[in-house]
Amino acid sequence: MIEIKDLHKSYKTGATSLHVLKGINFNVKEGELVSIMGSSGSGKSTLLNILGMLDEADTGSYMLDNVPIKNLNEKIAARYRNKFLGFIFQSFNLINYKTALDNVAMPLYYQGVSRGERLDRSMAYLEKVGLAPWAKHLPNELSGGQKQRVAIARALASDPKVLLADEPTGALDTKTSYEVMDLIQGINDEGKTILVVTHEDDIAHMTKRIVNLKDGVIIDDSYVEQVRAKDHV
Amino acid sequence: MFNLERWEEIFETISKNKLRTFLTGLSVLSGIFILVILLGVSQGMQNGISSQFQDDAANVIFVWTGVTSVEYKGMNPGRVIQLRNKDYDHITKLHKDELEYKSSVYRIWGGMVTYKKESGSYRVEGVYPDYQFLENQTLIKGRHINTLDIDNSTKSVVIGKKVNDDLFKDQDAIGKYVKVSGVNFKVVGVYSDPGGEREESRVFVPISTAQKVFSGANRVNFLSFSLPMEDNFEKATAASVDFSDKIEKQLKETHDVAPQDESAISVNNSLENAKRFYDLMGMIKMFFWFVGIATILAGVIGVSNIMLIIVKERTKEIGIRKALGAQPLSIVTMILHESIFVTAIAGFLGLFLGLVLLEFVGPMVETEFIANPSVNFQIAITTVIILIVAGAFAGFFPAWRAARIKPIIALRDE
Ligand SMILES: Nc1ncnc2c1ncn2[C@@H]1O[C@H](COP(=O)(O)OP(=O)(O)OP(=O)(O)O)[C@@H](O)[C@H]1O
Ligand SMILES: [Mg+2]
Repeated sequence: MIEIKDLHKSYKTGATSLHVLKGINFNVKEGELVSIMGSSGSGKSTLLNILGMLDEADTGSYMLDNVPIKNLNEKIAARYRNKFLGFIFQSFNLINYKTALDNVAMPLYYQGVSRGERLDRSMAYLEKVGLAPWAKHLPNELSGGQKQRVAIARALASDPKVLLADEPTGALDTKTSYEVMDLIQGINDEGKTILVVTHEDDIAHMTKRIVNLKDGVIIDDSYVEQVRAKDHV
Repeated sequence: MFNLERWEEIFETISKNKLRTFLTGLSVLSGIFILVILLGVSQGMQNGISSQFQDDAANVIFVWTGVTSVEYKGMNPGRVIQLRNKDYDHITKLHKDELEYKSSVYRIWGGMVTYKKESGSYRVEGVYPDYQFLENQTLIKGRHINTLDIDNSTKSVVIGKKVNDDLFKDQDAIGKYVKVSGVNFKVVGVYSDPGGEREESRVFVPISTAQKVFSGANRVNFLSFSLPMEDNFEKATAASVDFSDKIEKQLKETHDVAPQDESAISVNNSLENAKRFYDLMGMIKMFFWFVGIATILAGVIGVSNIMLIIVKERTKEIGIRKALGAQPLSIVTMILHESIFVTAIAGFLGLFLGLVLLEFVGPMVETEFIANPSVNFQIAITTVIILIVAGAFAGFFPAWRAARIKPIIALRDE
């Protein structure tokens, strides 16, 4: 599903240049649930953003579902993001003046799905994350865990190939984190490919594979015995 | 524009962001509202001034003669040109339909007016009834010379307020007899004149009487005419100049005066005077346009400012939308569509409120200087459209910039 070869990325701030990713080689097959770990500043978010086409690598190659992602203009990148990817952010990134339902419907709006169908499908995803009764609520009327579940529903709405989650549990307490992980595991069980950036070991062990980043290179990449989140809720 | 989905999105955004919508709308609404009021007041001032101008009979044409200065048809210069009744009759007959007021004037030089022991030297002229209007006189008492006086050559006299005060003091002058250069005349009226004392130390008798009694025969000193008011200066000038040229040409022909001879026959139209009014009006108009354009400019700047703030405020939302698959163009149209929609609604609302105010308050304003303030609807509509277009332009650049921000940077915005 994801194939990256010798990926490099550096940030230029004024005269200094910060080499963040120093040759990443990394493959993810369909249906995997991968966590990316590493100390703060190791380049986890940078990597995820490049995978999410929110940012561009300097050199190296990136194939997503056998489509080369290279020199994309903003228009095509937007289309690929809409078609291939779903994002889950640490800070949820919901649109604050839209209801939970309308937030979930956003990717479908950009797919050109008609309003009626949009709302039907969005409602189904809200049900899936257990938030159907909250459909008409605004984000600021929801708890952190609920917001993240809305965000997950939104990420799923466009039926993407890959879900990218950058510290999805970073702003949540342990119990809520496990609920969110349970949800993510469930989605993965249905076959969706998911990448999760996290700091926490317990969260990482709820995935099937842990990739460890340090100073811009992968120092460890190993499959683990998946801990079911449900057992801890 | 007719994409229903986008309209729904716009309405949702607008209704959920009332403050933002209100602020954008308010700056446009007040801009247009003020502009409409300004234009209305400007029009009202023009109306007020031109109604005063009408009172002053400012487009008076005045003809007098002198001595020829140019040799013509074998006649030497230095010949005295004398206007006669037939000149007056000829012109008034020829231009009957064009003229508003008309009179010829026979002046009695060194006129002495005496009542009992009191006497004074005043300007004495024989005139037609219209002369009252040509001089813009207002009667205080009695009547002016009328056509009966002319037909019967009555010995009636109308005296100025100054003459009345000098000779009669507190007594009622009407019906009393005064001696005008030794001949008895009956006072029939007293007038006042906006020109003040100088204009009020004159006395007027019927021209027919003056010519008979003071051996004027058929001689006349001046001709005085006025043309009806036109709507604007260009028309008024054109009419006045045209008329002046015609009668000058006619008179010069009948009196064998060289066409270029300026001193023999002079035709003066008082449009210089009128021009001052029109110039003043033009200045008022320009001033209000200046203020109006400044208002619109302020409105445009206001809209652009708000657009900048809106885009800034929505940066993160734009980032989110882009992450979810929004194309750059859809971001631009989203912002522009909203701004144009709000500007248009607010603009027309401002226009409507301004017009309503003018419609209902306008007729109540009746000062000397403002009359019937109103607005050219087309101009008002045009300004609203200008403001909408300007607002769109003002919104375009921030929107375009926002659409080009990398999603990763937009998302980081707090
Ligand atoms: N836009 C940017 N401009 C300059 N430097 C940047 C930019 N984004 C990230 N960096 C730098 O790149 C390095 C990697 O950042 P990144 O966000 O990928 O780290 P991370 O592994 O996600 O850390 P954390 O766990 O704290 O989220 C950091 O040193 C950071 O300061
Ligand atoms: Mg990070």
